[in-house]
Amino acid sequence: MKLPDAEALCAQLTAELRPRIGPKSAMVGLYTGGAWLAERLHATLSLKTPLALMDIAFYRDDYAARGLKHDPKRTKIPFDVNGAELLLVDDVLYSGRTVRAAMNELFDYGRPASISLVVLADRGGRQLPICAQHVGARVEVPAGMRLTLKRADDGKLALALESERAA
Amino acid sequence: MQRNPQLNANGELQHLLSIEGLPREILVQILDTAESFAGVTEREVKKVPLLRGKSVFNLFFEPSTRTRTTFEIAAKRLSADVINLNIAVSSATKGESLLDTVANLSAMQADIFVVRHASSGAPFLIARHVKPHEHVVNAGDGRHAHPTQGLLDLYTIRHYKKDFTRLVVAIVGDVLHSRVARSLIHGLTTLGVPEVRVIGPQTLLPLGVEGLGVRVFNDMRAGLKDCDVVVMLRLQNERMRGALLPSAQEFFKHYGLTEDKLAAARADAIVMHPGPMNRGVEIDSTVADGPRSVILPQVTFGIAVRMAVMSIVAGN
Repeated sequence: MKLPDAEALCAQLTAELRPRIGPKSAMVGLYTGGAWLAERLHATLSLKTPLALMDIAFYRDDYAARGLKHDPKRTKIPFDVNGAELLLVDDVLYSGRTVRAAMNELFDYGRPASISLVVLADRGGRQLPICAQHVGARVEVPAGMRLTLKRADDGKLALALESERAA
Repeated sequence: MQRNPQLNANGELQHLLSIEGLPREILVQILDTAESFAGVTEREVKKVPLLRGKSVFNLFFEPSTRTRTTFEIAAKRLSADVINLNIAVSSATKGESLLDTVANLSAMQADIFVVRHASSGAPFLIARHVKPHEHVVNAGDGRHAHPTQGLLDLYTIRHYKKDFTRLVVAIVGDVLHSRVARSLIHGLTTLGVPEVRVIGPQTLLPLGVEGLGVRVFNDMRAGLKDCDVVVMLRLQNERMRGALLPSAQEFFKHYGLTEDKLAAARADAIVMHPGPMNRGVEIDSTVADGPRSVILPQVTFGIAVRMAVMSIVAGN
C-alpha cells in the first residue's frame, strides 16, 4: 500500500501551524519519531523558545506488564511550562496512551496555558478520549502492522510499515 | 550450569546482588537509565509514578545513614511506599532467623527488599527464598559487595571522564575490609578500564588481589602517577581485628591523600570517596574540599542510580 509522503506532510503542518504561533508558543517533541518531527517543525516555524524533548518511559501505563524500556532518554524542557501554549508533537497517533503519559509528565513541570496535539499520521484505534488538533494525514494500517517514522542520514523523513512482531 | 541468581530466565536483572557476574550490557543499561533519572531529580516535582502502589522495605541489619537515606529518597521519588526497619534493635535480637524475618515482611506484601547485612552472602540467601514478584537489592553485605555504591562510582567516573577505555583508576587504602572496592574493581574491568590500581599497605590488601586484574602498589606516589581517577577508601577501624596498622597518624603519613601526593596524578584527575570520610586519616581536608573532589556529587548521583536499579528490577 502507498503511504503518504512525510516531507509533504511536514510542509502542510508547517503552513497550518504558522498562523497559530504566538509569543507564548513552545514545542515539545516525543522521542523518537516525534522528536525528529518536532526538530523539523521547530526550525521551519522559527520558534523563539528552545525545543523541548520528552521520553515518557517513566510515565507509561504498561510498566507493570512490560517493565522499563532499555534506553530511556533524558527529558529536557528548557523553558517554563507555566503559562506556555504548548504544541505537543508525535509521529503517529494510535491508542492515545503515549499522549496521556506525556500530559502527565508535562504537568510535573508546571501548568501550561494550553496543549495542542500535532501528529504526522493518525491511524485511528483510540483507547482513550484523546484527539489531535493538527493531523498531517489519516492512514489505514493493516492488522498486525505498525506505522513508524524513519529518518535517513540526510535528515529526510519517511513513513514506513513494519510487522508488530519485529518491534 | 547454574543460572546467575541475579538474572531471570530472559537474562534480565531481577535482583541486584553483586556487580561481579553482571554483563556489560546490564551495567550500561543501569548507567543510561540513571542518566535519565538524574533529569527527574533536577525538576520542581522530583517524582515519577513508576512504583506507585509498591512497597520497598529497607532492611538494615547493620547501621547506615547515607545508603539507607538515599535508598529511601530514591524509592520515594519513584512513588513507592518505604518502610525502614532497623533490625539491629528489632526481632533479630529476639532470636528470629533472617528468613523468618523476610517471610513475615513478605506476608505484608513487600515488593522490593533493600538489604544490608554484616554477613557476606545474606542478600543471596534472601533472593533464593523470595517469591517471584519480589526483588532483592544488596545495600552492602559483609566484606563482599556493595553494588549500588560501585555503580554510583562508575556513574560518577563516566559523568566526568566520558570514556572508560582510556582511564587509569587508583583505589587507595583499606581494600581488605572494603566491599566498595570489590564491587568497583569488577565494574571497572567489565566496562573496559585498561588499568586499575590498588594502593595500600600489604596488611590492608587482600591476598591474591592481583587475580582481580589490578596492579598493586605499596608506595602511594608511584601508584598515583598519571592517574585519571583516585578513589579513596575509608579506614574501617570497626572491622579490624588485631594489629594491622601502627596508628591512624602513621597511616595518614603514608596513605593519606594530600595535595602533595595528589600532584603525582594527572592535573585533571578527580578524587572520590564513598563516605563517611575520616578527615586527617585517609584524606586531607584541603583535598576533600578542593576543586578536584567530586565526593558530594557522588551522593547526588547515588539517588539517580538507586532509582534506576529499583525501577529496572521491579519491572522484570
